[in-house]
Amino acid sequence: MADSARYHREKFHRYALEAQKFDSGYVSLPNRYIDPNSGSRTYEKINLKGTGTILSFTIIHIASNQFSHSTPYPVAIIETDEGARLTAMVTDCDINDVKIGARVELVFRKIMEEGESGIINYGYKAVLI
Amino acid sequence: MRDVAIIGVGMTKFGELWEQGIRDMFAEAAIKAMDDAGVKKIDSFYVGAMSSGLYTYQEHLSSLMADYMGQIGVPGLHVESACASGGSAVRAAFIEVASGMSDIVLAGGVEKMWDVEDGTIVLATASDQEYEAYNGVTFPGLYAMMARVYMEKYGLTREELAQVPIKNHKHSVNNPNAQYPFEISLNDVLKSSMVADPLRLMDCSPITDGAAAVILCPLDRAKEFTDKPVKIRAVGAATGPIALHDHKDLTRLEAVKLAADRAYKMAGLSPADISFVEVHDCFSIAEIIVAEELGFFEYGTAGKAIAEGQGTYGGKIVINPSGGLKAKGHPVGATGAAQVIEAYYQLTGKAGARQVPDAKFGMTQNMGGSGGSCIVHILEAL
Repeated sequence: MADSARYHREKFHRYALEAQKFDSGYVSLPNRYIDPNSGSRTYEKINLKGTGTILSFTIIHIASNQFSHSTPYPVAIIETDEGARLTAMVTDCDINDVKIGARVELVFRKIMEEGESGIINYGYKAVLI
Repeated sequence: MRDVAIIGVGMTKFGELWEQGIRDMFAEAAIKAMDDAGVKKIDSFYVGAMSSGLYTYQEHLSSLMADYMGQIGVPGLHVESACASGGSAVRAAFIEVASGMSDIVLAGGVEKMWDVEDGTIVLATASDQEYEAYNGVTFPGLYAMMARVYMEKYGLTREELAQVPIKNHKHSVNNPNAQYPFEISLNDVLKSSMVADPLRLMDCSPITDGAAAVILCPLDRAKEFTDKPVKIRAVGAATGPIALHDHKDLTRLEAVKLAADRAYKMAGLSPADISFVEVHDCFSIAEIIVAEELGFFEYGTAGKAIAEGQGTYGGKIVINPSGGLKAKGHPVGATGAAQVIEAYYQLTGKAGARQVPDAKFGMTQNMGGSGGSCIVHILEAL
């Protein structure tokens, strides 16, 4: 179990999809001090619209204890329309409908609970659109 | 830089070692290696382990291992680079000997994986904790997403993918230290339980306890200890993105190519010079992508080539003569050192029924996470 500070510092990314657009065009979620490709340190903060495309996916059948109650569940690598790459569960769908190239929208969801008296964690998941 | 040689090796059997703790396993491997080399005192050592803290609640491995291998007083260092910890320990020892800082240096690795109930959460720490593991992806899930793109892009079939573990299990039959030294059938792979679609249990390396250690010294002193030293001709290392989603091409493991290119350049060799390679087949798809990044096959062709027998005896190159991570076992932090031991056996003619004939150069490739780090060694028979 972690202290709440661990989740507090991620809230803008997880709840508001805050990302950085570097002057090189590279878009990052989460924050970086430097674009790993161009070396640029100049960026503006943007909020992702939340729409994107599935680049790859898997159906998780064996999960860690935190997620084992949800198996089987899909997880996908998504490229948002702004160009940010991220990994998210795909939810509220028939797992047979998850495909490479499928369009998705990121939505606010509960991610996990740290036991009966621990923190309830939130973040983004993807739904098919 | 001085030339560096391996003068002795030691390892535990790989498997479910219920009677041995982390200190027992590493001490066994280290003492075997010292006895093999005929050295009573080492100058320094490195111990690779991915997560002794999460697996056993034990850190401070430098002190613990020096104490239990009978070397109190010598400097030691715990090296961590996820699944590439063992290879990283060998590289660190190589640098220390090559630099002239020390003469007799032990490098090894260890992992005690069977003491915890939820090993999946430990392995996921090799990925991006806040942006991959937090969102429910497991370690097999990351390689499953590589496999899905690779299969779609290159037309690799599920049956062809299955030939990687089938081959590695076939090789392991002749390895007395292997965890699962038996053959498996196509049906065994295709009917094994799904872990992360499209990867099934028989695509995945197992949970393994074990330790491995090697002794390095300057090449010009090697004959004091053994008639058959093996030269470490080159080492190449590289890092890649921590998160799989930040790989530009999901069918590539670019850190492997970077590390291999550095090793080939240092050695003055090319892929055609290498007789066998121990690769990091943590998952079946990993062996295919790695074999391409190391330059043994063109991109998109290694899966079909291995399925056609090009990765075994009589083929283009023998891949994983030991049985690989899949069949020999994968005690995470020990794996990179155990790969070097297999190369040592092969290059000294001690590999028994799995001997690769007339091998002059062998390679080992050890990888962390989803390609976040990679260590490549090229070893030479003398």
